Amino acid sequence: MLLSVEDVQRIATLARIAVPERDIDRIAGELQAIFGLIEQMQAVDTRGVEPMAHAQDVVLRLRPDAVSESDRREQFQAVAASVEAGLYLVPKVIE
Amino acid sequence: MSWEVVIGLETHARLSTVSKMFSGAATAFGAAPNTQASAVDIALPGVLPVANRGAVERAIRFGLAVGGRIHDRSIFARKNYFYPDLPKGYQISQYEQPIVTGGTIRIGDGESEKQVRLTRAHLEEDAGKSLHEDFHGMSGIDLNRAGTPLLEIVTEPDLRSADEAVAYAKALHALVRWIGICDGNMQEGSFRCDANVSLRRPGEPLGTRCEIKNLNSFRFLERAIQYEIARQREILEDGGRIVQETRLYDPDRDQTRSMRSKEDAQDYRYFPDPDLLPLAVSASWIAEVAHDLPELPEARRARFVEQYGLTAYDAGVLIAAREISDYFDALARRLPQQAKLAANWIMGEVSARLNRDGLEFDRIPLSAERLAELLARVADGTLSGKMAREVFDAMWNGEGSAEQIIESRGLRQISDSHALEQLVAEVVAANPAQVAEYRSGREKAFNFLVGQCMKASRGKANPAQLSEILKEALAS
Amino acid sequence: MINASLTELAAALAGKKISSAELTGLFLERAQAANPRLNCFITLDPERTLAQARAADARLAAGKGAPLTGIPVAHKDIFCASGWLTTCGSRMLSNFVSPYDAHVIERFNAAGAVILGKTNMDEFAMGSSNENSYYGPVRNPWDAGAVPGGSSGGSAAAVAARLTPAATGTDTGGSIRQPAALCGVSGIKPTYGLVSRYGMIAYASSLDQGGPIARSAADLAVLLNAMVGFDARDSTSLERAPEDCTRALEHSLDGLRIGLPREFFGEGLSADVARAVDEAIASLRTLGCRVVEVSLPNTRLSIPAYYVLAPAEASSNLARYDGVRYGYRTAQYDDLLDMYMKSRAEGFGAEVRRRILMGTYVLSHGYYDAYYLQAQKIRRLIARDFAAAFERCDLIAGPTSPSVAFNLGARAQDPVQMYLSDIYTIGVNLAGLPGLSIPCGFGEGGRPVGLQLIGNYFGESRMLNAAHRYQQATDWHLRQPDGEARP
Repeated sequence: MLLSVEDVQRIATLARIAVPERDIDRIAGELQAIFGLIEQMQAVDTRGVEPMAHAQDVVLRLRPDAVSESDRREQFQAVAASVEAGLYLVPKVIE
Repeated sequence: MSWEVVIGLETHARLSTVSKMFSGAATAFGAAPNTQASAVDIALPGVLPVANRGAVERAIRFGLAVGGRIHDRSIFARKNYFYPDLPKGYQISQYEQPIVTGGTIRIGDGESEKQVRLTRAHLEEDAGKSLHEDFHGMSGIDLNRAGTPLLEIVTEPDLRSADEAVAYAKALHALVRWIGICDGNMQEGSFRCDANVSLRRPGEPLGTRCEIKNLNSFRFLERAIQYEIARQREILEDGGRIVQETRLYDPDRDQTRSMRSKEDAQDYRYFPDPDLLPLAVSASWIAEVAHDLPELPEARRARFVEQYGLTAYDAGVLIAAREISDYFDALARRLPQQAKLAANWIMGEVSARLNRDGLEFDRIPLSAERLAELLARVADGTLSGKMAREVFDAMWNGEGSAEQIIESRGLRQISDSHALEQLVAEVVAANPAQVAEYRSGREKAFNFLVGQCMKASRGKANPAQLSEILKEALAS
Repeated sequence: MINASLTELAAALAGKKISSAELTGLFLERAQAANPRLNCFITLDPERTLAQARAADARLAAGKGAPLTGIPVAHKDIFCASGWLTTCGSRMLSNFVSPYDAHVIERFNAAGAVILGKTNMDEFAMGSSNENSYYGPVRNPWDAGAVPGGSSGGSAAAVAARLTPAATGTDTGGSIRQPAALCGVSGIKPTYGLVSRYGMIAYASSLDQGGPIARSAADLAVLLNAMVGFDARDSTSLERAPEDCTRALEHSLDGLRIGLPREFFGEGLSADVARAVDEAIASLRTLGCRVVEVSLPNTRLSIPAYYVLAPAEASSNLARYDGVRYGYRTAQYDDLLDMYMKSRAEGFGAEVRRRILMGTYVLSHGYYDAYYLQAQKIRRLIARDFAAAFERCDLIAGPTSPSVAFNLGARAQDPVQMYLSDIYTIGVNLAGLPGLSIPCGFGEGGRPVGLQLIGNYFGESRMLNAAHRYQQATDWHLRQPDGEARP
């Protein structure tokens, strides 16, 4: 498998991480080496093996439908970059 | 050559829980921005989701109501994308293994019926809201809605027109309110539809579809689909091709337009949420929910026909909403022999009055018990139709029970034959000329004499009885 | 006092031989003095810490002491602590003062412990050398030219240098055990689900588990009692009756079956580490253990599986850092997309960016089955290997790390080499098993070697029992950097 420069650009955009043009080749190379390691997996026959998502074979616990949280806007917004009238501000969203 | 329209709907019903899908924040509508956004809802570092039993219970209720399959094991996945109203950078949503699959919703009246097949219904969380008023060229983000539980209900591409789509949406809307899982408030966004619309030549495979997002009224749903059908037909007939895309309906211009934010091909990178274990629903839980489920609309419709002898049409009207049918049921149970009268009153007088006062059925100021007392007086001849309407008006205005109003206004219809005979005798004696006229064959004089009797009784004489007694008196 | 056990400290505090303010002040001074050299702490806040110590003294005076009342504990900067800067070693959170306490912090507060400070770590717990911190590398107290291991490097180094009696860490692929081994201290990663992850900033949710780092197994047992507990706010937290981990410490090891996985002793294991681990196993034999050979045939695959699953989960877990509600936001941007791209590129360091890209790739359209699903299947195979091994033994023993601490910068440019050094620890996380590391000697350059013990699910007491008996018979855990005890 070969990770192309286009692949790196595509995943960088999906992940919303700017990658400077000059770094793309290097990053593609690094990822290439890591995926070389990962490729070892592909040789293993896993037919019939159930994927394991959790360490314990337990099911979801559910909480009762009750309000347990109160308004903490002031504290929460104290660490926000830009706030006005109780709203978080971001560059204009275009739908 | 004609086109066949193919429509599938995806509906987001906001579940009527008091707290959110994965946090203990309140879900009440209209709070000040971000005051109902808890640490989990704003996705602070380190916080974790815990699922709401009430939301799952409502999904089970829905599955039972549509006759779908409720899975003993379903999985919450993460749908990854960046958007400022999506605080975690992913939406928790059931993907490959939803809680409900299959089921049907019936649309149409007695004559043309259709079963719309459901693909699935799955649990997920809502996003927040972006407010685009100008904050110095910025958008404002309110996360109060973020994390509110939704049931996304997806149909097969079974609908063939805007009318069918609206009929389905209305039936679904009535059902989710009926079983108490969603308040159905469309202005507040509690019930929103996405429509997938495509055209094809009959018999051919499905055409390329466009998805119209966030239609929050039946009218917009209808208009958007109609516009979209016309748009696609024009493109296809000009030899063009439909581009698969997400579109937005603009009610002001009555047209759909491509959504810029969805332009890039999305790659949501779904995977099972490692913070949440498989959701298990036991047979005993399902049985418990089934036990508490109200009688469903279809069953009730059949029962109304069977038990009360209503026409299929009337029964269909009365099950349009659960409150109406409950009301009718309570009324008819008290007047089993007068079910038709009860139905007519609800569909006539009662709904006209609600309309006039701008009230929904659940705000009706008159209980079924009270109305039954009134209708009983109509049935036993105490009140004429006209008098009954007068009493009804007074009851609606809170002036008391039917009995009290009848008494206080002296509205009791005179049905005592002895009293009526006496009254008739007096009128006959006082109007010899008209009596003679009648007897000589001039029928018109009869109406005059009835009028005189009524006047003498101050309008309270039972008209049918009066007319009989008068006829007898004149014949002798 | 700096070498006293937690039990001794508790007794001294209860007996009014020392106040918490004095004890805490002592460790605070050491931490402040050593920090310019070792860089163990991201945040020290003497005022806040001493206020907590004085409050503990008041509770002790009122006879309301709990097991850890007045004892200072340092916390990995991955645990949210109300009012404390909580950075996770990242520029992204370099301005994040947490408005809430992690469950682990609540538990320590309830047990009466004093927060000594927040320790340095690899950014978002991604690393095995503590070189990936926005706040600079931590240095190994045994040799300032060596790394302390990671990602809980600050915690392990602080315990080794006696800057704190105890510390917390988290372990996703070895992040407690490996730095404990490299710094010559003891550390345990409990069974997945025993310690709540609420308020512990997520790296890879299905693997992350918090645990203590201290100087002895006996201290670990005391700390584990405080840390373990059901938490309704973590859906993966297990509901189990509380267990006293100190209960079985003194039990005899007679007949205890120790399994040696042959895959842990082959190619790639340094001779110096092998020698120390062999000697440790000989000691365990002397203590009555029976040694059996077992096999974990898929050990080699644990690295690829881990480096698919952990980055995949991380790519999603770290999507919340977008500069909107908290955290770093770039100064200049054209539009929303630009703000996201720049804030995240500037806010995250190279290794975090790399793992996010890896994780994004393996989850992206067309690759999910080949990578993510395949890795989950291999995870199952690895868990089955352990289950089979535990049919034949009670504990598994082996090296924690294939080599002693390497030099700062030695592997920084070679992620693959760095990833390979997690070979003995990762399988435990994939299976969700408990694992601990205790010092068992010294290797090249006088750098410490760690012995790893792996238990079956909920086998913590038994593991600590074996580790404690071993520590009673040996003195490796008492050795101290820059002290006379150093060989």
